[in-house]
Amino acid sequence: MADGDARGAAEARGALTAQVSKILTWSVVDGPGNRFVLFLQGCTYRCLACHNPHTIGQCDHCGACVATCPSGALSLRDGRVVHDPAPCTSCDTCLRTCPINANPMVQTMTVADVLARIRTAQAFLTGITVSGGEATMQLRFVSALFAALKTSGDLRHLSCMIDSNGHLGPRGWASVLPFTDGVLLDIKAFDPDRHRRLTGRSNERSIASARLLAAAGKLSELRLLMIPGETDLDAEIDALTRLVLDLSPETRIRLNAFQHHGVRGEAREWAKMERDGVERAAERLRAAGVKHVAVPTVWLP
Amino acid sequence: MSEEMTAVRKIVRDQTLSFKQKEHALAVQAENMLPYPLLDAETRAALDARIICDMYEGHAPYKPRYVLPDYAVVLSKGSAYLELPVPTTLDEAINTLMIAYHHVPSVTGMPVFIGHLDALLLPFCDGVSDDELYRKIKLFWRYLDRVLPDAFMHANIGPTDNRVARTILKVDAELKQIAPNLTFLYDPEVSGEDILRLCTDNIIACSKPHIANHPVHAATFDARGYAIVSCYNALPLCGGASTLTRINLKKVAEASADEADFLNVQLPRYVALNARLTRARVDYLHKQSGFFQSSFLVEEGWIERERFTAMFGIFAMAEAVNHLQAMAGKAGRYGHDSEANALGARISALLADLVAREPMDNVWRGAAMLHSQAGISSDAGVTPGVRIPYGEEPDPVSHVRALLPHHQHYASGVSEILTLDETVRGNPEAVFQLAKGALAMGFREFTANVAGNDLVRVTGFMIRLSDVKLYNEAKGSRTNTTSLGAEAAEVVGILGRKPRVVGLELAVGAVG
Repeated sequence: MADGDARGAAEARGALTAQVSKILTWSVVDGPGNRFVLFLQGCTYRCLACHNPHTIGQCDHCGACVATCPSGALSLRDGRVVHDPAPCTSCDTCLRTCPINANPMVQTMTVADVLARIRTAQAFLTGITVSGGEATMQLRFVSALFAALKTSGDLRHLSCMIDSNGHLGPRGWASVLPFTDGVLLDIKAFDPDRHRRLTGRSNERSIASARLLAAAGKLSELRLLMIPGETDLDAEIDALTRLVLDLSPETRIRLNAFQHHGVRGEAREWAKMERDGVERAAERLRAAGVKHVAVPTVWLP
Repeated sequence: MSEEMTAVRKIVRDQTLSFKQKEHALAVQAENMLPYPLLDAETRAALDARIICDMYEGHAPYKPRYVLPDYAVVLSKGSAYLELPVPTTLDEAINTLMIAYHHVPSVTGMPVFIGHLDALLLPFCDGVSDDELYRKIKLFWRYLDRVLPDAFMHANIGPTDNRVARTILKVDAELKQIAPNLTFLYDPEVSGEDILRLCTDNIIACSKPHIANHPVHAATFDARGYAIVSCYNALPLCGGASTLTRINLKKVAEASADEADFLNVQLPRYVALNARLTRARVDYLHKQSGFFQSSFLVEEGWIERERFTAMFGIFAMAEAVNHLQAMAGKAGRYGHDSEANALGARISALLADLVAREPMDNVWRGAAMLHSQAGISSDAGVTPGVRIPYGEEPDPVSHVRALLPHHQHYASGVSEILTLDETVRGNPEAVFQLAKGALAMGFREFTANVAGNDLVRVTGFMIRLSDVKLYNEAKGSRTNTTSLGAEAAEVVGILGRKPRVVGLELAVGAVG
């Protein structure tokens, strides 16, 4: 394809829109260096332990949040909930009100909108990470955004990463990987029943994604959220070990510790994951030959 | 007993001060028994109301506030006064510097500048092995911290990437001392990214060094050069600053009827009054104190009288802007709202213009240099310089972008601190990227604290949190700056903030 055609195609993709829950221009926990993070609304999973549950649902314009908003930032117009950022104080009352874990503050953005935002922070960025929710639910947008970045003159040096639960199928990955530098993949649990109970879905596709991404050289990091009595069990750690050794002992592993912040519902009653248990699991992985195991840098009191 | 005697006795009997610290406090007390340099009534009233402020420097300026000797003079010529021969080995060079420091005055009584150490020492390093260099620098560093325990004391390194600079960074991260403070002069064309990365890794280890934008500073000064000293003051090398005065912008805003009155009437008025205060102090130092007439530093060419500037400080920009916004019925706050930020930038531009129009005798280039001043430990309810108030800071990228328009106007430096969450320890590349971005965008200086470091900045100077705790338990502290930090912590509650970054700087009578 000639350069001009590539640019033309990229511009056509510019008309695509995404439902954006939040944007950060400073993140040190979503990949290497400082990341511009685009949190996309909507998720394929319904994780009990989700610490961003307000990113799960898509707004159905029921209007419940309009009634509880203390600053008058929300209104119903033509049957749709409309958010006005000017009076909004970011108190998040609407998030607590929403019966379906959606977010009325979500913005609709085009690829061009996102590029403009990236450009304002460009000098400070190592790369961009799309997260969620489950970012791959808006795969066409992600592909278009990454393609636009990779064909731009001024932003092509930024690395493009996806934070995903791996529920995406092989065809989906095939469409986005050519523009993607790496994927940060969460596997929520290895025991199939446990995974279904914790997320509402089977883990077959997630584990298949780990293999596919590793084979493509795009698996930047494999993550396990450790929950006491669930995913901190030796059986889970050993299953993780087997998968990693099968993929490559060089695979980067990150163990995260379940905490209560942001969590809703029954998971609030669960015990928090303590440091000792995470360190023990990390040692178990290392002893089995896994080369790169990261644990949380900071432990909340 | 008179009030003065009571104050003297209080110092003498204080059990938290060392005898050295008592001597200094007593000297300040004695100086202040003299009458103040003559001020007109309007200036006097503004000073008494602390709308303008002399940093409590003392009533009779008898030494410049900041002295930046060109130590290359003593290293290349020796000193007749000190009976020092020209050094020929690294040991002799370091020894010469150690002696020299004791003869360099400043407002604290300790040197605020100890040299561009890599440039000074490199010529003596031929034939010195890496291991020898490391051991000698380590001993030198221990000496500096133990004998001149003042975090205002500042070493400069860079802009080249060289073995002395690297050894200093290695030793500094290892020892995690309060003193000396350290600035790397970064020039993207000269330094290279490797040493910038070393610097940002050091910031994670010990919140030092501070990284100065060398091309920006170099263009502000002349071929003779400059250095970063004390709390990130950029000043002429072989000279310094006679004095530092400052305007409380919050109080100026409170004295204004509205934004137009502030910009057109009150701010020009108080700039003029602060200029009068500055002139009176500079005049006393140059014409009455006899400093420049009697100092061997002048006679031997370590410093030149003509290279002393006057620093024109401002603080409480955030409160001033928020007050003007509130008077106009606008909710947008400084640091977060684009309209409020634009007003702040307009004020800085106006200040630079007003200060440049105030002619000064006996001041380098005939005008004072604008400075975003870090505050003193007795300030309460105001934010240093042009900073965003404690606890209201946006994320570091938004923070830099909000303050960027100010930086071009503050020729003698901007005291600014970015506070980084401890998670950054797991991702040092992010600090590197942030520093690189900030400097590329034109930030004059990049300074960061990582929450959780025992060593933190109280604005410009470093303190140990563990020292503050000890001091508060009345055990006293070996280092001068801890008592300032402790005062700041109590007055302003700055250690209570979640990122444990403290933001006020100076004790009464100390440095800025």
